[in-house]
Amino acid sequence: MDEEYDVIVLGTGLTECVLSGLLSVEGKKVLHIDRQEYYGGESASLNLQQLYEKFKPGRTPDESLGRSRDWCVDLIPKFLMANGELTNILTHTNVTRYVEFKQIEGSFVYRWDKINKIPANESEAIYSSLIGLFEKRRLRNFLQFVANYREDEVSTHKGFNLDVDTVDDVFNKYGLEEGSKNFIGHAMALYDNDDYLTQPARETIERVMLYAQSVARFGKSPYLYPLYGLGELPQGFSRLSAIYGGTFMLGTPIKEVLYEEDGSFKGVKIEIDGEEHIAKSKQVIADPTYFPDLVKGTSKLIRTISLINNDQLPFRHNENSGQIIITGKETKRTNDIYMALIGAEHKACPPGKSIAICSTIIEGDKPPHIQLETAFGLIKVKSFDHTFMGLSDLFEPLDDGSKNGIFISKSYDATSHFESVTEDIKDIYFRVTGKPLKLTKLEEGEFNATA
Amino acid sequence: MSATQGPRLAQFKLVLLGESAVGKSSIVHRFVKDSFDDFRESTIGAAFLTQTLKINDNTSVKFEIWDTAGQERYKSLAPMYYRNANAAVVVYDITQSASLERAKVWIKELQRQPNYQDVTIALVGNKLDLEEERQVSEEDAKLLAEQEGLLFFEVSAKSGDGVLNIFQEIAKKLPVEEQLNKIHQKSASKVNLQRPSTNNQTTCCA
Repeated sequence: MDEEYDVIVLGTGLTECVLSGLLSVEGKKVLHIDRQEYYGGESASLNLQQLYEKFKPGRTPDESLGRSRDWCVDLIPKFLMANGELTNILTHTNVTRYVEFKQIEGSFVYRWDKINKIPANESEAIYSSLIGLFEKRRLRNFLQFVANYREDEVSTHKGFNLDVDTVDDVFNKYGLEEGSKNFIGHAMALYDNDDYLTQPARETIERVMLYAQSVARFGKSPYLYPLYGLGELPQGFSRLSAIYGGTFMLGTPIKEVLYEEDGSFKGVKIEIDGEEHIAKSKQVIADPTYFPDLVKGTSKLIRTISLINNDQLPFRHNENSGQIIITGKETKRTNDIYMALIGAEHKACPPGKSIAICSTIIEGDKPPHIQLETAFGLIKVKSFDHTFMGLSDLFEPLDDGSKNGIFISKSYDATSHFESVTEDIKDIYFRVTGKPLKLTKLEEGEFNATA
Repeated sequence: MSATQGPRLAQFKLVLLGESAVGKSSIVHRFVKDSFDDFRESTIGAAFLTQTLKINDNTSVKFEIWDTAGQERYKSLAPMYYRNANAAVVVYDITQSASLERAKVWIKELQRQPNYQDVTIALVGNKLDLEEERQVSEEDAKLLAEQEGLLFFEVSAKSGDGVLNIFQEIAKKLPVEEQLNKIHQKSASKVNLQRPSTNNQTTCCA
């Protein structure tokens, strides 16, 4: 066991597992360790038993909830954008062979005290109940501009310079009113506060494009979700890593981190079957919990998980899953509230039940569940018997690892999709390997078991 | 158009279990490629292997065989590995009694899976070519298999003895008709990410 590795990875969250997989595929010798006995860390999906142990220790789940193993409850709710970067990584690495996906049935925004489907293209804009009659034309024109925009055709730019003109400039040119701006920025471009309005428009336009293209890919909504919960994703990438030679050790605490004299990373001391071993490497990738002294907290997040009956779902057309965004404007807050609703269709719980996960960044000193009041109202949660609450600090590394070889991932943020996670993955990949991530389709035959 | 009785193919997921170095991969390579390599290293680069067995004139069973990829070594097999498995081959080495003990642990692990009742499990003693070094008697292992309701075989991946038989016997136990019927009612809302455009379901040869 006392061996030298190219990279040691600590923690089996999604970020760590994707990187482990990508590096193994490139031929790097990877040792991947988790102190816990299950895959996923913060991105695990828990059964009922595990959920109670974590949030309500000492209490047993009541019988109305059914069998423990029929539940796969995410700790962190996120969806994949059908055309997003994680989808791209999944298809290029063929991890799609291990994980099955289904669409999320709807994408909604809360306005006028009810939830409204988000119109994703010109024709949906015309029929949307979300906006008034005259606004429909203006919205349609804006969405047409986004759909037709081509970087290399100046005529499609409609006189804008996306690197100079701000988002608000573009919105105002199309005469969009506050309500439309609000749902375009928050429910399509998926910003969780209003800072984007004064930024150059390019990123926002690209985000709206990604949203619209993702809807166009499979219909219904831009979002996909894996059967049996998000915890399948780190497992899938761990298998990719193992297939390309990565060594995995779960349930293995780090006894000591070893450093060179200059303070750079040297290796870890671990215990296997009562015997001490040293694994060496010049580089380590880890989640923030492995290097608490090398990270700083940025903001505090509240996430609540409610196990509900299907008749508590707030949808009007029998959708069985969806995302609802309650923008800060609607509740006099700065940050949005995200709601993710998942059910038996995605094999996350028994039939008749659903899981509602609500999250937001904590503002002020009101108790957390009051901050989420509007969300609980929508899913008719009055008693909190089947609701689990967790506060989490969001951490990010103090430095980029170039000096000490320690590359720490960011905590999973409040956003409802994986785009910020994949940005972190690409960024760490670049810092570890010194080159940008370029995905090429893995062509693995079914018969190439002999290397 | 052969709409009435074309060839029918039912696909099943089969997982391999067992301690490191008992010859899991060797058994599969014998089955899939009819070859043996004395110095096989741990499997690299294959998501899974497939092999098709004809079970009658117009019906075949296609095995999608998952190897552990070494993740069994430090107790790090992911739950996903067992997910929706239709069959499991639990391998031990007849010259290592400890490997049978490990096999028992794997059987227990399988019994904890949600779909356990639907999994066809075979207990397989490998390295029959090393009879003179035998530590596990055939009777003991057979008794264990009977108690747990498993198929039982002793084979040699090296000589090939008995290997094909494992998969033929498993195929007989699999719910082939049920699987073939399922193909028709496959849930439409699952998405295929490997296909770039919308609903382009392949519906050939069913």
